[in-house]
Amino acid sequence: MKIAIPVDENRPESGVCSSLARAPYFMLRDTGEETTEYIANTAAEAQSGAGLKAAQIIVDSGADVLIALRCGQNAADVLKAADVKIYEADNFGAAENLAAFQEGKLVLMPQFHAGFHDRR
Amino acid sequence: MKLAVLSGKGGTGKTFVSVNLAAAAGKATYIDCDVEEPNGRLFFKPEGLTIKTVAVKQPAFDAEKCTGCRKCVDFCRFNALVFLRNKPMVFSEICHSCGGCMAVCPSGAVSETEKPVGTVECGRSGDVRVITGCINLGEPSGVPIIREALAGAPDTEELTVIDCPPGSACSVMESVQAADYCLLVAEPTAFGLHNFKMVFELAGLLHKPCGVVVNKTGGEYSALDDFCRGHGIPVLCRIPHSEKLAALGADGQIAALDDGEYAGLFQILLKDIRKEAGL
Repeated sequence: MKIAIPVDENRPESGVCSSLARAPYFMLRDTGEETTEYIANTAAEAQSGAGLKAAQIIVDSGADVLIALRCGQNAADVLKAADVKIYEADNFGAAENLAAFQEGKLVLMPQFHAGFHDRR
Repeated sequence: MKLAVLSGKGGTGKTFVSVNLAAAAGKATYIDCDVEEPNGRLFFKPEGLTIKTVAVKQPAFDAEKCTGCRKCVDFCRFNALVFLRNKPMVFSEICHSCGGCMAVCPSGAVSETEKPVGTVECGRSGDVRVITGCINLGEPSGVPIIREALAGAPDTEELTVIDCPPGSACSVMESVQAADYCLLVAEPTAFGLHNFKMVFELAGLLHKPCGVVVNKTGGEYSALDDFCRGHGIPVLCRIPHSEKLAALGADGQIAALDDGEYAGLFQILLKDIRKEAGL
């Protein structure tokens, strides 16, 4: 199983980034292979549709699960359509959240925000 | 002459000044580009309305022809397309209708469909042609409707008043682009001055000559005047905060048609604008 987490830094000690679309990196943990990689989030600089692009990057990474603090509706629509389950982060650190998820302590994100689009 | 009436802050009196200028001119065209709340029609009560639907183009994907090459998704600068289950999919509220996805598709799988986003109403109120842009509820961008509304502006000496949306974003830029002159309606308050500066900067970036109407005067706030003096912006008119104007406005009346004093004030303002604009 592959688990994606938006993170502030590309190292295991990083905290979960408060934004999904604007996170600098996504941590991708493969629980089967026991590998961790960091994907640069090219959506962070997007002027429009950053949430959609971030969701696209997560889908393309092959993630089965996303753990995040919050998620916009558009990104959630994409992730749902791709069968990526979205769990709500419960801890500060990415590693702690991974552990909590594997122990079954995280819950599915109950709601999604309408986005912070600075509209045209 | 195309005159754009704008203000950074909402509620400073754009529609009040626009409607009265068009009414004072007698024969004129009034275009309401404040498509989210087009209120000019409440004063003009235009008759003989014709209503035109404004639609934008949206991509549609032919699943048979699509090879899943993803070129369209990679091309979209607005990130309106996502690639799911080997097919592109559009998020219509993010799409800017640029047609780029159709242009880059190597297999002809992208066509365009029309999506209605609003209407443009045309009617008459005496000798004033009243054009009103109205956005459909929930649509994010008024720009296509503003463009269509402005297409009704005559290219003559006759006055066209463009009642702009508040703020200084894309919809305001679209409204101002074709204007010969910008009339900035400002309120003598700290908030009014703050947003006035933004819209003044915008007019400068678009190389538009501009003048100011200070509305709701009477308080003690000199910073707006100081700013105008310091930047050489002519203050063409001052309209005092008055109970009478408030009552007329609340009743949907046009002051310049109801009251000789205000008719004179707006006629003089119009003359001054023409002089300033050289038109």
